[in-house]
Amino acid sequence: MQCNKTAGRGFPAGLAERPVASARRGMDLKRVKPGSRRRDLRHPRLGRPLKVYWVGLVCAVLLPVGWGQSPVRPPQGPPPLAAPPQFSVVIDAAHGGADTGAHLTEQLEEKDLVLELSVELRSMLSAHGVQVTTTREMDVTLSPLRRAEVANHRAAGACIVLHATASGHGVHLFTSSLAPVSPGKILPWDTAQAAYVQSSLRLSAEINSALQHAEIPVTLGRTFLAPLDNLTCPAIAVEVAPLGRALLGRGAMSTDKSDAQPTPVTDPEYQKQIVSALTAAIEEWEHDVTGETKP
Amino acid sequence: MIPRYQKVFFWVLLLATMAMAAYLLRLHTKSEERVLATVERVPLSAPDTATQTPVMLLVANDYDGSLTPVAERIELPDQMNTRARFLLNELLAEYAKPEALHPIAQNAGVDDVFLMPMTVERDGMAGTMAVVNLSGSLAQVHPSGIEPETMTLLSMIGTLHANLPEITEVRFLVDGEPRETLAGHADLQRSYLASSTPIPGVDAGADVPGGATP
Repeated sequence: MQCNKTAGRGFPAGLAERPVASARRGMDLKRVKPGSRRRDLRHPRLGRPLKVYWVGLVCAVLLPVGWGQSPVRPPQGPPPLAAPPQFSVVIDAAHGGADTGAHLTEQLEEKDLVLELSVELRSMLSAHGVQVTTTREMDVTLSPLRRAEVANHRAAGACIVLHATASGHGVHLFTSSLAPVSPGKILPWDTAQAAYVQSSLRLSAEINSALQHAEIPVTLGRTFLAPLDNLTCPAIAVEVAPLGRALLGRGAMSTDKSDAQPTPVTDPEYQKQIVSALTAAIEEWEHDVTGETKP
Repeated sequence: MIPRYQKVFFWVLLLATMAMAAYLLRLHTKSEERVLATVERVPLSAPDTATQTPVMLLVANDYDGSLTPVAERIELPDQMNTRARFLLNELLAEYAKPEALHPIAQNAGVDDVFLMPMTVERDGMAGTMAVVNLSGSLAQVHPSGIEPETMTLLSMIGTLHANLPEITEVRFLVDGEPRETLAGHADLQRSYLASSTPIPGVDAGADVPGGATP
């Protein structure tokens, strides 16, 4: 404040805005005789005392730097919130390596199909700006323990476990059968998902809605499944089954002609529909969790 | 006129025949007693006059993920663990039919059911734990997938609970050994609460299969 006043009184308007120029001018001071008083030092053209110019120079340099650092303590209030962790998704392509999973066709095994789906889903989510971590990118054996470790270290906003089967119809969405508990400081490994079951059910509803919107039949269920029960994130197992051949009851076949030929899980268009629906659901879920909408 | 020696010969022969008949009869009785003493008197098949018991089987449907109650009348033995095994094999026989909506290519697969009283009370009652020993061949031919495996387990648990309400908890073994999964997916290392498996038409709010808790 003192600097401000001094600068305002002792400087012409243009000088405070050009401190470097004023310094150069200060170098042109004429030498005075020895024994003369210090206050006699004056600017050769403006005729003001040199001390005033030095104070003004220092204030002119320091003022812009310290403008935002007011010495006055800010009013007491809640501390500024830390930036929330970035929303991310973990995709677990089930099985792999020696664990082949189901034999979907003569040549195709479950581990290969879910890896392909995982890569497609990761690419599409990344293209939509969602940070994605996958548990495996190649045909390797991974224990459920290791998969859960990878997912839990990410502290992800959603965990998707991908499976495929030759039985059933459409897409099966499974959440953990564990009874919901309120989250505590310590979560037992075997039942870690119990603290997230409610949010997992909401995520399941979100994905169900997106799949229904894409006209893909969905079956909802709950099960005990590794590593689903060990995940500390909203987690869901997505099992892809052939499309079509909807049966109405015990032995009663649908009369819909379009259902006559089942669509296999290997159908690229069917896979694309599922991946698109999952991407839309996860984007919506991100909006629900973070409150942010992607452009 | 019959000579006297012929009369004597006739009567001697008649007496010898009767003595031999008596001796044969005696031998037959002795041998029958000997055979009956060694053979276990257990009926190998149920008699036709046995009473048929009404039972409810919860049959799985892979296409909508539901459990459908099917009422049947079958002949059941008296022992509880044998009844449980009969019920489960009857359920698996449904899945072996050509028109089954949850096909399993084997019409039997439950080797034993062991019943153990629970020491810990649940919901105010000490129930019974059923340990179902599945055959390795059933696990071998079972369709692999979360849904088919879960539906098999839930239909077994639901059928046991619907017909034997004292069974409150169920565990599964394969060939007498603990196993991680049935066919690569559904966890067999947990205990399933039979009472929380919904029975359509019996339990309220039973539209979503699952719900078993450890």
